[in-house]
Amino acid sequence: MNTIPATQPVPVRASEEGALRKALASTPRPPRASALSAALTFGWRGMLKVKHVPEQLLDVTITPVMFVLMFTYLFGGAIAGSPGAYLDYILPGILVMSVLFTTVYSGVALNTDVTKGVVDRFRSLPIWRPAPLVGALLGDSVRYLVAGTVITGLGVALGYRPGAGLPGVLAAMALVIVFAFGLSWVFTTLGLLMRSPSAVMNAGFMGIFPVTFLSNVFVEPETLPSGLEAFVEVNPISILADASRGLMEGNASGTDIGIVLASAAALTAVFAPLTTYLYRTRS
Amino acid sequence: MSGRIPLAIEATGLVKSFGATRAVDGVDLAVRSGSVYGALGPNGAGKTTTVRMLATLLRPDAGSARVLGHDIVDEADAVRSLVSLTGQLASVDEDLTGRENLILIGRLLGLKRAAAKARATELLEAFGIAEAAGRLVKNYSGGMRRRLDIAASIVVTPELMFLDEPTTGLDPRSRNQVWDIIRSLRASGTTILLCTQYLDEADQLADGIAVIDHGKVIAEGTPGQLKASVGSGALHVRLLDPDQRPEAERILARELGSVHLEPDPAALSSGCADADRGAEAVAELSRSGVGIADFSLGQPTLDEVFLALTGHPAEEQEPEDELETQEQAA
Repeated sequence: MNTIPATQPVPVRASEEGALRKALASTPRPPRASALSAALTFGWRGMLKVKHVPEQLLDVTITPVMFVLMFTYLFGGAIAGSPGAYLDYILPGILVMSVLFTTVYSGVALNTDVTKGVVDRFRSLPIWRPAPLVGALLGDSVRYLVAGTVITGLGVALGYRPGAGLPGVLAAMALVIVFAFGLSWVFTTLGLLMRSPSAVMNAGFMGIFPVTFLSNVFVEPETLPSGLEAFVEVNPISILADASRGLMEGNASGTDIGIVLASAAALTAVFAPLTTYLYRTRS
Repeated sequence: MSGRIPLAIEATGLVKSFGATRAVDGVDLAVRSGSVYGALGPNGAGKTTTVRMLATLLRPDAGSARVLGHDIVDEADAVRSLVSLTGQLASVDEDLTGRENLILIGRLLGLKRAAAKARATELLEAFGIAEAAGRLVKNYSGGMRRRLDIAASIVVTPELMFLDEPTTGLDPRSRNQVWDIIRSLRASGTTILLCTQYLDEADQLADGIAVIDHGKVIAEGTPGQLKASVGSGALHVRLLDPDQRPEAERILARELGSVHLEPDPAALSSGCADADRGAEAVAELSRSGVGIADFSLGQPTLDEVFLALTGHPAEEQEPEDELETQEQAA
């Protein structure tokens, strides 16, 4: 109640009543929005949220910044001989990690919409049904871009010099974002299955954290016990990290890039329809 | 064809269960085009679930319904393009401003950018939220949020509007504003299905009412018919001294017939259709030395309607949204 200005007049003024009648006069129904336009509108909604609540960007950038600083200076000497040498290895890895961690928020945001009730309105609109999901993920891609830029910028400030220069960095970032788009469908599925945004957050990180650490993001797989090494070698996140390193250094393997794109497509093929189904049939 | 007024909603035998609970247990509805139809019932009666089925958000387990001539399951998309829903949880985006919410809906409904902006401005002014247009909705009061919610539902004028408990939790002033909006909507020709817990609200706004309890329609008619069926009113008396209630009960029983003892130990009520007889009964209490703190002669409450129709009061049941949360988790 404290937000109503005290000067606001009682019920509906005569002038307002006229305005009300005019506003209610039947307006011609515009032609239905195209699938693309509906999805882009939801992407715009995502942007607006970042604009109004910029704190959510801190969430996704501070953790990776801490990781870069901590791993480089704390473990760099022990793992790679010197912080500088380790930074070259770990920076593309942390780029991957920070963007992938951000994907969990796609599920959290969807769950928030569901628990707040705004999803009911979207579902009662005559729009392409997956538009809210696809659009939100398009909006999230911008967030991934921010997370990636902060990490790369920090790396450069600390002395990281990618061999392939800016084009290499951009190519690596694009590849990571494409993979993140595929992975975020997993978390939107989770977002529709769990009860509360914090449950999605906990479950999401419980999954993404070990999977990211059990990759070659932080250490060379050759140093690991053989069973673990076998897992790390086939973990798509390892392949993504390798491909990103390759793109940034200018010696990427086409096979790696192909596998990453195929994994992203496979995740999308399985979890996008699943998310859409759950969204459509949820009560 | 036959010249009768077409039905906006025609539902037969709608059923929806959540686990073992039959939230909606064979609901039939016939709502005339251009009317305001009230679905009256306590929390958990199945009103929200019924509306969610009619608005194509839920698939019925059994039964069928046509909304504006379209089947709610087979032609869900056609239904969605003609109706709008204002849900119980005000369905607006809290992290956006009021203006952005309306532009968002306008764009999604196919308005061009400029048209969506112009429509948002028009609605914000008409609904008295122009001053708060640039504020985030999470900082809105309950009444403002409700009005924004209704505004979002008419960005493109719907032919049928579902309003699920639009005034629950609002202060009287905001409630009156929402009532004015509903009356204007009706005057502009929109059909409205209004879910409410308040007999008063249904009486003020609705042309026809269905009383819903335990997932079934237990009575149907105009507000007048409904009130007549329970007796048109009641005399409520609160005593200065609860110890005098037995005596007051005896006198009221003699004067008016039935007496209902309220949970408040000093209060009691009697069915009473006639103001003169009510006044006479109060005078009789006074003459017999029963001290009266206050009394009123008014419409039956929802509780009294329920008592008359079902023999049980409209007690708090398991709220529907709890059921739905369970369903989500299942």
